[in-house]
Amino acid sequence: MSTSVLLLGLLVAALLAFGLGLSRANALAKKGDAHLHSRAGYYGTYLALWTLLPALIVLGIWSAAEAPIIRGVVSAGLPENVKALTPAEQSLIVGRINSVARGLPRLTPEEFETVRKVRYGFTTPAEAQRVLQERGTVLGSAPEPYVIAAAYEQVELLQRSRTMLTALIAALALGGFAYANWRMSPTLRARNTVEAMVLTGLFLASTVAILTTVGIVFSMLFEAIHFFQSVSPLSFFFGTTWDPRFSAAGSGSNTSGQFGLIPLLWGTLYISIVALLVAVPVGLFSAIYMSEYASRSIRTIAKPLLEILAGIPTIVYGLFALITFGPFLRDMGAHIGFEISATSVLTAGLIMGVMLIPFVSSLSDDIINAVPQSLREGSYGLGATQSETIRRVVLPAALPGIVGAILLAASRAIGETMIVVMAAGIAANLTLNPFEPVTTITVKIVSQLTGDLEFNSPQTLVAFALGLTLFVFTLCLNIYALYIVRKYREQYE
Amino acid sequence: MLKMPNLEVHQPDAVKHDTKVSAQDVNVYYGEKHALQNVSVNIPDRSVMAFIGPSGCGKSTFLRCINRMNDTIPIAKVTGKIIIDNQDIYDPSLDVVQLRARVGMVFQKPNPFPKSIYENVAYGPRIHGLSHSKADLDEIVGASLEKAGLWKEVKDRLNDPGTGLSGGQQQRLCIARAIAVNPEVILMDEPCSALDPIATAKIEELIDELRQNYCIIIVTHSMQQAARVSQRTAFFHLGTLVEEGNTTDIFTNPKDQRTQDYITGRFG
Ligand SMILES: Nc1ncnc2c1ncn2[C@@H]1O[C@H](COP(=O)(O)OP(=O)(O)O)[C@@H](O)[C@H]1O
Ligand SMILES: [Mg+2]
Repeated sequence: MSTSVLLLGLLVAALLAFGLGLSRANALAKKGDAHLHSRAGYYGTYLALWTLLPALIVLGIWSAAEAPIIRGVVSAGLPENVKALTPAEQSLIVGRINSVARGLPRLTPEEFETVRKVRYGFTTPAEAQRVLQERGTVLGSAPEPYVIAAAYEQVELLQRSRTMLTALIAALALGGFAYANWRMSPTLRARNTVEAMVLTGLFLASTVAILTTVGIVFSMLFEAIHFFQSVSPLSFFFGTTWDPRFSAAGSGSNTSGQFGLIPLLWGTLYISIVALLVAVPVGLFSAIYMSEYASRSIRTIAKPLLEILAGIPTIVYGLFALITFGPFLRDMGAHIGFEISATSVLTAGLIMGVMLIPFVSSLSDDIINAVPQSLREGSYGLGATQSETIRRVVLPAALPGIVGAILLAASRAIGETMIVVMAAGIAANLTLNPFEPVTTITVKIVSQLTGDLEFNSPQTLVAFALGLTLFVFTLCLNIYALYIVRKYREQYE
Repeated sequence: MLKMPNLEVHQPDAVKHDTKVSAQDVNVYYGEKHALQNVSVNIPDRSVMAFIGPSGCGKSTFLRCINRMNDTIPIAKVTGKIIIDNQDIYDPSLDVVQLRARVGMVFQKPNPFPKSIYENVAYGPRIHGLSHSKADLDEIVGASLEKAGLWKEVKDRLNDPGTGLSGGQQQRLCIARAIAVNPEVILMDEPCSALDPIATAKIEELIDELRQNYCIIIVTHSMQQAARVSQRTAFFHLGTLVEEGNTTDIFTNPKDQRTQDYITGRFG
């Protein structure tokens, strides 16, 4: 039986178990010399969970392990000359075996007979190709007898595995049910057990996120260490020239370039600063307007509008910068006698600033709204005007939170890729001039990894060192921002 | 004859004071809701007037009319006249900001700003430009804290945050903050409802002292408190002012049946 059918079966079984548990608990309660420890529903859930969980765990593991194991067994049985082929050719053959294996169960008995004849050499392979094709399995070439043999084996193994799995699942579900049923008594602490199980589930869910992060960090760390074996950390972190001297992929020559981080870091920070110079004042002012001045009707229209900005994919901003805004700035510059290149710090910074406005404004808006109304009233009561109240009471009270919001925006700016790829250029300049192109860490990660590459030269491995640097950078910024925001929250709770 | 509750009534000084605040036919609407109906009352200077009545009867609403705090509620609409010192405070020629400097307010829950104790008190004088030098301001802050009976407790930690004080101290800080702008009238909306009995006693003592210099209007839920601190009392019920008079008379000899029911604990 397929996994989905088994799953459905298990769910039905769990439902039945729940019903049974419920009615048994009610019966126990009615007979009642003793009070039930928990409410009846918990007994039902207890039975259901015991029926469901062990079987579900085995089902999950089995379904995940089944395919690789069968594939291993099947490829072990292939002829020696096939095993001698390159990995690429072998994977082609495995693909053909899979197709045939998928096609076999769809054949009628007569057609099946034809294929069997091919397997033992009584008919030409073209016959097999024909019958398979009639049943919707298109093959590039006629299947050799060993392919058919392997497909037969695969189908058989799969069937056997499924039969075993079905039996095992049924046994586990019944066993779990029987065990839980045997434990049923008025003194069974059903609620506590159920809650512990739910807690474990919640805990596992949260570990997934944490483990993923740890996994990402470690994989980056190992590759970065690889990189630092051929380029010294000193010249990476303090080098002022970025010139990786790309060699053609596959040529294998390890021409070492210069991997100075400074120009990229500078480009990243410069663009982020320009972006924040746009986003912070505009975002903050719009938040102040929204939360303090706007009437309800304006608020209900303007706030979602502003938040739509946040939903625009950054690549669209990038396109806008590349096609409209960059050339516009360049022409403007030409008019007033500045030489502005179409991709520049200014273009990228301004567009990124616009992207960050809703981010800053909606966070600040929440924070300003969280300042208690009683503080405002206290200030009005002393004869302060609305603007005095905002400047002297509301904003100072909200300041830590706003700083946190700005730091979060900064960490987004630093990690942003699509806008800078399209609007800032790819030249690793170390320049103060905002009209010149620069590039950022994220852009270089993309460009070092674009193309058909193998991860063995410093030219590609540097991407991991860059990624790790970026990760540490934004992580520190985020932690600091969250720390500030949290400290601020405590103030009013 | 009804059995009166055993309330100890503070006998007011015999001196009769001029009217400070005079309300004439005040009505308040929150949108469709007619929250306050035809309230007229004269409130004397240099004394304490208490507003009592069951929850939701409009005491706070009326109090907030006296410094036009209801202006901050978009749906609130006020009609009628409130006259302070011969001047209608709802006259368009009068700046509400100036009015609120003359009519201070203390709220139900202490609401010190998240600033230092000093800055809390200095806030009002700074805004209204009442001081010309740092020494001036120090003087005002010190005097206000002194009048609010808080000076001794905080003089060594004026730069600590005001939010770090105890609830009772915070409320006295709010009183100091209000006094610092030299108001003539001080409105207090259940100033002790968030405080313990000892802090409450201190505030009541303070109110009794402040009476020498200010016109004080206090909303309270506790009839004992009204009896202890006020010279005059007004009883509100369902948005109307039912009865108003000397505190002694209201508590010992109420004219209206509803007042009698309320102070004997029949309802509310
Ligand atoms: N901001 C407001 N918006 C709408 N209705 C209000 C508002 N404030 C008070 N009310 C209503 O006005 C009535 C009087 O309220 P309030 O003056 O606060 O009563 P009290 O202070 O005597 O308990 C109540 O019915 C209350 O629901
Ligand atoms: Mg009230």
